[in-house]
Amino acid sequence: MGYSFGRLAERRHYRSILRREAELRRVPVFATRYLPDDRATHAETTLVMGNVVISVDYFKRFLAGLRMLVGGRLKSYETLLDRARREAVLRMQEEARRLGAQSVFNVKFETMSISKGAKNTVGSVEVLAYGSALIVARSLSA
Amino acid sequence: MLMTNLESVPGRNVVRHLGLVQGSTVRAKNVGRDIMAGLKNLVGGELKGYTELLQEARQEAMDRLVQQASAVGANAVLNVRFTTSSVAQGAAEMLAYGTAVQLD
Repeated sequence: MGYSFGRLAERRHYRSILRREAELRRVPVFATRYLPDDRATHAETTLVMGNVVISVDYFKRFLAGLRMLVGGRLKSYETLLDRARREAVLRMQEEARRLGAQSVFNVKFETMSISKGAKNTVGSVEVLAYGSALIVARSLSA
Repeated sequence: MLMTNLESVPGRNVVRHLGLVQGSTVRAKNVGRDIMAGLKNLVGGELKGYTELLQEARQEAMDRLVQQASAVGANAVLNVRFTTSSVAQGAAEMLAYGTAVQLD
């Protein structure tokens, strides 16, 4: 049961991620620390962030347990982290757009495992993405 | 209070440097949310209760950061960073830190 529901949920999540990524492409995100010169003046900056806690399903946890015996790629956890990061970035972009920002600079990630080492629990992670949203006044951005 | 994780604020100069400021909070998960999260754990997916919990905790850490910054007479905090660590089973610390400055 965990298998089918988990897979369904993951597919649905990926679809929604792709859709929103296309939608939010107008708010580009940069990992650079420096602002481009032409935008550096007459702009306001403010901190924006997005976070998400997400967990794997029971079946994947079981698969990962098997995989850990022999080593190698843990694909079920790879997709978990990929989804979490992209979701966190999307939420940050949404907040930036709500504030009327044109772009987000100096994006940093922070990852924390919530139930690390706990017995009988399924691994879940929190991902936080944060950065500085650049808001150029409407009259100047034209 | 202006907060940014850039090293400078576009169009403004730093007049005074006031040193490192920080704010932190340690939070434990609550039981009601834990049960819900436990159920959700079976099928995977987002644990909304925890997402909100951590959001609130981070907000509190930021509030304390701002408090400390205004106590030293700053009007902006530059280069803000966040970090988290799980202190004990089911408890997490949120730390926000940055450089307090006075902008013109």
